[in-house]
Amino acid sequence: MSENREKKVREPLVHLTRRSIMSPAKAWGIRVMAVLLGLLVCGIVAFLLVDKLRQNPGRIGEFYYTFIKGSFSTPRKAWKFFKDLAILLCIALALTPAFRMRFWNTGAEGQTLMGIWGAIAVAFYWGGKIPEGLLLVLMFAASLLCGAAWGLIPALFKAKWNTNETLFTLMMNYVASYVVAYFLVVWVPSGSSNLGKLKYGKLPSLGHDYLLIILVTLLLTIGLHIYLNYSKHGYELNVVGESIRTAKYVGIGVGKVIIRTMILSGALCGLAGYLIAAGLDQTITTESVGGQGFTAIMVCWLAKFHPLGMILTAGLVTLLDHGAAQISQDFSVASDFPDVVVGIILFFVIGSEFFINYQLHFRGHEKEGSVK
Amino acid sequence: MEKKLALQMRGITKRFGSVLANNHVDLDVYEGEILAILGENGCGKTTLMNMIAGIYYPDEGHIYMEGREVVIRSPKDAFDHRIGMIHQHFKLVDLFTAAQNIILGMEDQGRYNLKDVNARVREIAEKYGFRLDPEKKVYDMSVSEKQTVEIIKVLYRGADVLILDEPTAVLTPQEIDRLFAVLRKMKEDGKSIIIITHKLNEVLEVSDRVAILRRGEHIATVNTADTNEAELTEMMMGQKIDLNIRRSDPVNVQPRLIINGLNLYDSERVHVLKDVSFTAYAGEILGIAGIAGSGQRELLEAIAGLQPLESGEITFRNPKKDKPVTFFHKSLRRVEELDREHAFHDPQGKEISFKGMSRKDIRKWVDSGEVLFKEDEIIDLRNKNPLEIRELGIRLSFVPEDRLGMGLVGNMDITDNMMLRSYRKGPGGLLDRKKPRALAEEIIQSLQVSTPGTATPVRRLSGGNVQKVLVGREIAFAPKVLMAAYPVRGLDINSSYTIYHLLTRQKENGVAVIFVGEDLDVLLALSDRILVMNGGRVTGLVDARSATKEEIGLMMTRTESREGGEAHE
Amino acid sequence: MNIWLDFFIDSLAFGATFIYGSTGEILTEKAGHLNLGIPGIMCMGGAGGCLVLNLIGKSGMPGFLIVLLGTLGSLAAGMLMGLIYSFLTVTLRANQNVTGLALTTFGAGLMKVLMKLTDPVVYLVGPKQLFRFPFAGRTDSLQRLGVLFFLAVAVAIAASWVLFRTRAGLNLRAVGESPATADAVGINVTRYKYAATMIGSGIAGLGGFYYIIDYMASQEAYLSIEAFGWLSIALVIFALWRPHLTILGSTVFGLLFSCSSYIANIPGVQITMAAKPILKMLPYLVTVLVLIVTSIRNKRENQPPASLGQSYFREER
Repeated sequence: MSENREKKVREPLVHLTRRSIMSPAKAWGIRVMAVLLGLLVCGIVAFLLVDKLRQNPGRIGEFYYTFIKGSFSTPRKAWKFFKDLAILLCIALALTPAFRMRFWNTGAEGQTLMGIWGAIAVAFYWGGKIPEGLLLVLMFAASLLCGAAWGLIPALFKAKWNTNETLFTLMMNYVASYVVAYFLVVWVPSGSSNLGKLKYGKLPSLGHDYLLIILVTLLLTIGLHIYLNYSKHGYELNVVGESIRTAKYVGIGVGKVIIRTMILSGALCGLAGYLIAAGLDQTITTESVGGQGFTAIMVCWLAKFHPLGMILTAGLVTLLDHGAAQISQDFSVASDFPDVVVGIILFFVIGSEFFINYQLHFRGHEKEGSVK
Repeated sequence: MEKKLALQMRGITKRFGSVLANNHVDLDVYEGEILAILGENGCGKTTLMNMIAGIYYPDEGHIYMEGREVVIRSPKDAFDHRIGMIHQHFKLVDLFTAAQNIILGMEDQGRYNLKDVNARVREIAEKYGFRLDPEKKVYDMSVSEKQTVEIIKVLYRGADVLILDEPTAVLTPQEIDRLFAVLRKMKEDGKSIIIITHKLNEVLEVSDRVAILRRGEHIATVNTADTNEAELTEMMMGQKIDLNIRRSDPVNVQPRLIINGLNLYDSERVHVLKDVSFTAYAGEILGIAGIAGSGQRELLEAIAGLQPLESGEITFRNPKKDKPVTFFHKSLRRVEELDREHAFHDPQGKEISFKGMSRKDIRKWVDSGEVLFKEDEIIDLRNKNPLEIRELGIRLSFVPEDRLGMGLVGNMDITDNMMLRSYRKGPGGLLDRKKPRALAEEIIQSLQVSTPGTATPVRRLSGGNVQKVLVGREIAFAPKVLMAAYPVRGLDINSSYTIYHLLTRQKENGVAVIFVGEDLDVLLALSDRILVMNGGRVTGLVDARSATKEEIGLMMTRTESREGGEAHE
Repeated sequence: MNIWLDFFIDSLAFGATFIYGSTGEILTEKAGHLNLGIPGIMCMGGAGGCLVLNLIGKSGMPGFLIVLLGTLGSLAAGMLMGLIYSFLTVTLRANQNVTGLALTTFGAGLMKVLMKLTDPVVYLVGPKQLFRFPFAGRTDSLQRLGVLFFLAVAVAIAASWVLFRTRAGLNLRAVGESPATADAVGINVTRYKYAATMIGSGIAGLGGFYYIIDYMASQEAYLSIEAFGWLSIALVIFALWRPHLTILGSTVFGLLFSCSSYIANIPGVQITMAAKPILKMLPYLVTVLVLIVTSIRNKRENQPPASLGQSYFREER
């Protein structure tokens, strides 16, 4: 600092103030800009990593085109896009009530996995022994119950002793994964831990295999939107999230709301698990959720915890993921390339919030009444 | 006597969004003087000083020290110019000791050796007459000790210009005297002291000159010796305002809330309320005085059902004998419950029983006004939570000290804040926003809340408007008891008077009003009786029409009380 | 052969991975930043070091230079990741949890892409022995303790010393407890946050590198780093935010993790296949237990830094 003064004092280069409010159009403009910038950086990174691009820079146009192609070039791909979107959205929706309550549930991965486990366990033990319809109902109940239980445990401790939920739920993911690992050893006598597709417990197809999943998620989106914004329960959890002291002041049982909401959040994760188990996989591995529990956290946050907005953010993430996967196929890059792309774009979108919330004043410009 | 200029401000302007906090302010500070910055809440005193201390950066204007322009971009720059500020909300790390807090941020001062620091701190404390244990952790300290740490922190860094923001707000009269003695000693040492305050008597007592700010503008700077209270008030307010609060004589007073032998421990097992007993009467304002943290907050929260009691009784009395029961106060479920306790009779004095009747018929009967209470209602509120209290049909309103952290939800709009108390009403699981919106509109109109509309988050409102929304909601439910903690803190004069007026009107409507205040002048002018607390104990109960400030000040610091709360007749 | 000694030393060696990870995390948390990007940072630290070794592994450089450059490569990669995190959360004041998760997605993905560009024969087979020089030539289990193990212990102790015995440490802790206070006394909050996060990330990165090149010294090792990154974050709680306690904590974690492979070798002990996942679950359950116990005891000195997770903006009103 001392040499600064010797050099002749100057006003600060950049000066920050908080914006009072920004028009939604402008805010969305900034977000779209961020995504575009992120795509540009992805191109540069791809250039460094992808041999085929380096050898033939002319293919850069094709590179970007592939992003769209990856999701929509064939009807099969489009269906897969909406299916993946639906599953991701379903998990993100499940997190929403918890996040609105400022309960940082990082355990969607485990809660969903337990949901899958519940359904598969029922199908494994009772498949073929009871009518298929009843089996599906029991699987459904088991999924919801297991997911809810996995959400409930950390909530109980949070409610009683304010135990840090971020880390607790995080640990529960690994416990869940080893629970599944244990059962795979028990269920598969060969020791390969490869269960294979089960014969029973498959959800009926409504014309298309994925249609049911997409419809259920759509209904859930609307339902949750109503629950959070127009129901008494939703109001209570919002108050708890904003201020526990206010909640106590008006006589809301904070512990009760935390527990109730986490049962809901866990059960909805369980529902996502049910859709995966009975609607798609009919089997289970420790990787059945594949990190979507974590991606869903970002999807949820990017939409500012608004269920309807999550359709967009989940769509964006799925689009990038599929596009980048297509790229790794067409340009022969490692199959983990999508994670890199999603990461980079997220950095830009996360960072762009700053320009929505704050205003920069540069030296020399600030005298001219930058008040707006 | 020739005085040397220590610091000059010229044309300082600062805006926050559309609010003009300081408008072209000029100010001179001399060496070896105590300068008071006087102005009412929200006039931009603190903002102005924050710009010297490097917390804010001015939008326009210049600061000079010893004739040379200086740029203060950060608190570090301020320290380099030997300027130190003691903020109203202390900036201390709770987990550290006094000494650790004092040397915090001094990177170029050699090896980290707490022993040397402790010795040096003791030395400074001795020089100016402070009492401080350098090894005590801040979370174990009293408010006055924390302030001492802040002052020594600034002195340790060799500040020549000291700014104190409302230093007396949290101190007892005795502690204030001690502080002023220290300030005078520092002045003799050649230091410039700036104290920010809105209390006239302190200005007159301690300062050499007074700079008056009003609505962000510098009105004048005068020598303290050449002015008086009336003149200062006029400059501060802009026009002569009648400082008197209209106080009506209480009529038809009767016991409403009886507190007996209340004991309470907080979450860290500190005994925060000790044998507190008193009675709040319907139709009067009971003021509660005491230095901050004497148990006022805990007392109100205990009554509101927010604190689990150790022992004691809280009894609510409602003179309902021979009065009809109504659904305005009681839910149908509660009425049925009371009926099972044989609480009603008809106008002829014959006992009533709803046994075997349909709910529709019960409703009809009650609405006819012929279902009367046999006795006064006497309800034990001990260890009931706010919800249970409400379900008993007791209208207990509470305006807490922490408006946005407790009374309201900052991020929710006015309508949603209106339903905080009533959202459970109505059948089904969905919310009814119609009535709350109507109430919001009514309050905005009747209390002149300035807001773009009912859909504005309350966080965006100014302090006065936030308080109007909160008080408006609490009054809307026609309370029997209204408790308000520091309801005018941070409010401008006009909003403050709106609040005083509302409280008085409630009292005239027969509500038992409990008012916790910090300004003794206001307490004396507004209340009917004043309860004084110190260290969780009731140390006095006086008639506000005859008591004096000195008398109350003494009670606020008295450590032991002989007669608990038995003082009233 | 003493199986108990082998077991213990293996646990110590394994634990060094966590010492790096959680010491790094403690430094960032002390600056008030909950960094959920640590798993990604550890991945990239591993990748960075391996990339450097991939370049110089067969160059015929002197052994110590290879060790040094590999380590520096890892450190640099970790710090770069820390820079991304700091820029987003400190300068742009982005949500820490989301940024951290995005960083983990990015780092874990990029590592896997990068590791596929390397040749294990070059980066691993030659260099791995070089890192084991302290006990080179011994045939007992002590040879398992390489130079990066001792560096881990030294780093943890040094970090504790800096945090609790120096002015810089005092200032850093003040930044994490109450940035407004630190700012008001002239501490450059931004600089401290950047420094702590980047140094912490560099240290954490070494954990990934150590795990690949020394502890596992195998081609597939990089696939499990991410999981250990999460465990490192858990260990911070176990160590009550004191770096030197991570040495103890990581040994306990190491013991719990290794016991599933050692228990079968103990004479007279029979173990079924199904018991292995249960044993591997133990470290996570123990962490949960510690979390619960500290929250019940609720002691002031053992709580997370008070401003953890919150962005700081001076002119907040």
